[in-house]
Amino acid sequence: MEKIFKLDEEDEYYVPFSRLAENLDLQNLIEKLTVNLLRLAVTELPADVKKALKDAYRKESNPIGKIQLKAILENIQLAEEERIPICQDTGLISFYVKVGSEFRDLSKIEEALIKGVKRATVEIPLRPNAVNPFTQRNTNNNIGRYVPCIHWSIIDGDYLEITAFPKGGGSENMCALRILKPAEGLSGLKRFVIESVVDAGGMPCPPTIIGVGVGGTSDMAMNLAKKALLRPIDKSHSDPVIAELERDLLRAVNSTGVGPMGLGGDSTALALKIEYAHRHPASYPVAIAFQCWAARRATARVYSDGRVECLSHKDRNLL
Amino acid sequence: MKKIELHTPISEKNIRKLNVGDHVFLSGTIITARDSAHRRMMKHIAEKRKIPFSLKDMALYHCGPLVKAHGDEWLVLAAGPTTSMRMESFEAEIIRNLGVRLIIGKGGMGWKTREAMKRYGAAYAAFTGGAAVLAAKRIKRIIDVKWLDLGLPEAVWIFEVDRFGPLIVGIDSHGRSLYEEVRAKTLRRLNRIVEDVISE
Repeated sequence: MEKIFKLDEEDEYYVPFSRLAENLDLQNLIEKLTVNLLRLAVTELPADVKKALKDAYRKESNPIGKIQLKAILENIQLAEEERIPICQDTGLISFYVKVGSEFRDLSKIEEALIKGVKRATVEIPLRPNAVNPFTQRNTNNNIGRYVPCIHWSIIDGDYLEITAFPKGGGSENMCALRILKPAEGLSGLKRFVIESVVDAGGMPCPPTIIGVGVGGTSDMAMNLAKKALLRPIDKSHSDPVIAELERDLLRAVNSTGVGPMGLGGDSTALALKIEYAHRHPASYPVAIAFQCWAARRATARVYSDGRVECLSHKDRNLL
Repeated sequence: MKKIELHTPISEKNIRKLNVGDHVFLSGTIITARDSAHRRMMKHIAEKRKIPFSLKDMALYHCGPLVKAHGDEWLVLAAGPTTSMRMESFEAEIIRNLGVRLIIGKGGMGWKTREAMKRYGAAYAAFTGGAAVLAAKRIKRIIDVKWLDLGLPEAVWIFEVDRFGPLIVGIDSHGRSLYEEVRAKTLRRLNRIVEDVISE
C-alpha cells in the first residue's frame, strides 16, 4: 500500500491526515494515476494471464501453435523489460470505474481520466485510435465523442477504483450478439458460443479469453460479457452450476482445433467466463466478447486521503 | 516444416518454392498498408496514377505501427500485424496490378486472395498477432513513410528488416491455405462438439 505522505507523529510539523487531505489535489493525483495505470496495463500482463499463456505453451502439441505461443511469451518478456506496449494496438481506451458515494471530488474524475489519456498517448506512447466514423479523421490523442469509454458504478465507501482496460480492435471486431428464442435456451447458447469461436478463427488473436453475457436487455448482455473479461483467469463464477458450464464450454472450445492464431492447435481459449442477468420472458440475449491473448488490464484503488493501492499487479507504486 | 530464409526482392521462382506450414524469416524491405492505404492504392490503380512506392517483388505488411517522434525522425516501438481479412476485397487486385510477392499479416485471407496468389505467384505469411515488440526488434530502420495524411496507423511505412519472423506460410502459390484446412477440419468436428456439450 502506497502512502503519499509520510507522517511521523513525533514530528513537530505533524498535521493530522484529515487536514492534509483537504489540501490534496485529487484531480491531479487521478490524472497521474491514469497515465501510470495505462502504462502498466499496456506493458505488463497481469500474473494470471502470463501463467495461463505459459501453461498453454507447455501443453500445446501442434508445432506451429507452439511457435506462436513461444513468440507470444518472448514478446511479453521484451515488452515488460523495455516498458514498451505489448501490442501496437493499444485499443480504444476504456475504463471501468467504481466510485464510492463518500469519495471526494466526484465531478473531477472524468476530466482527470481524459487528461490522463491525453498525456499517456504522448508519454507512453499509445497509438492514436479515436477516429470520427463520418469524416474518418483521427483525433490523434485518443479522445473523442464518448471516448475514452467510461463505465461507472456507484458503491458504498470512500474510495475510487479504476480499471484501465485497453482492448485491441482485432478481438473487438469478433464480438457477437444474438437474441435467442427462449425455447432454444441453454442449448442455443452453447451452439452460439462454439460457432462464434469457429467463425472468428484466427482473427481475434487466439488463445483468447471469451466473455459470455446472458440475459438482461441487449445492451446489458454485451456489457456483462465485457465485465466477465475483467474477472481473473483463475476465478470461476461463484455459482457452482455456472462455474461448471464455464469449464464445459472452455473444454468444447479447445477441442475445435482452431489453435493459436487460427493456425491449428490445442489452445484456442485460455478461459471462458459467464455473467448473467435475469431476462424478459420473451427474450434470451447472449453476447460474446472476445479478448485477445494480450489481455491487458490494470486496477488501482484511490482513497479520499490520497492513498493509492494497486490491485491487479503486486507491489506497484503508481504515483 | 521447413525453415527458409527469404530476401527481397523475391522472385516468382523463390515464392513458388514455399509451401503452407513452412517457417520463414524475411530480410530486406517490407511496406505496410492497411485499410485506408489499400483504398487509396485501388483508387490510384483505377485512375492510372503512379503510386509513390513500388510493391513489385516486395513484401506488403498488414500493420499499423506504434511510432514515436524522435527529433525529425520516427522510432518504431511496436509493429505487430493487423487482421488481414479486412483487406480481402482489395488484395487480389493489388497482387495482379502491383506485383506483390509476399503478404504478411494475421488471421489469414479468403479464396479470392488465394486464387490470385496461385495465378500470379505470391504467398501469405502469418506473423504472430500481438507480438509487436518482437516485430519492432527486427526492423532495422525506417526507409521512408508515405501518405502520412492518412494518420499514423494508416500511413505507408517502408521498413528495412533483418530476419523478420517467425513467419508461417499460411497460403502458398499452389492453391493451399492452412486457414481453410484448419477450418474444414474444425467444421467436420463442429456438430459432434456441440452435441457433446449440449448433452452434458
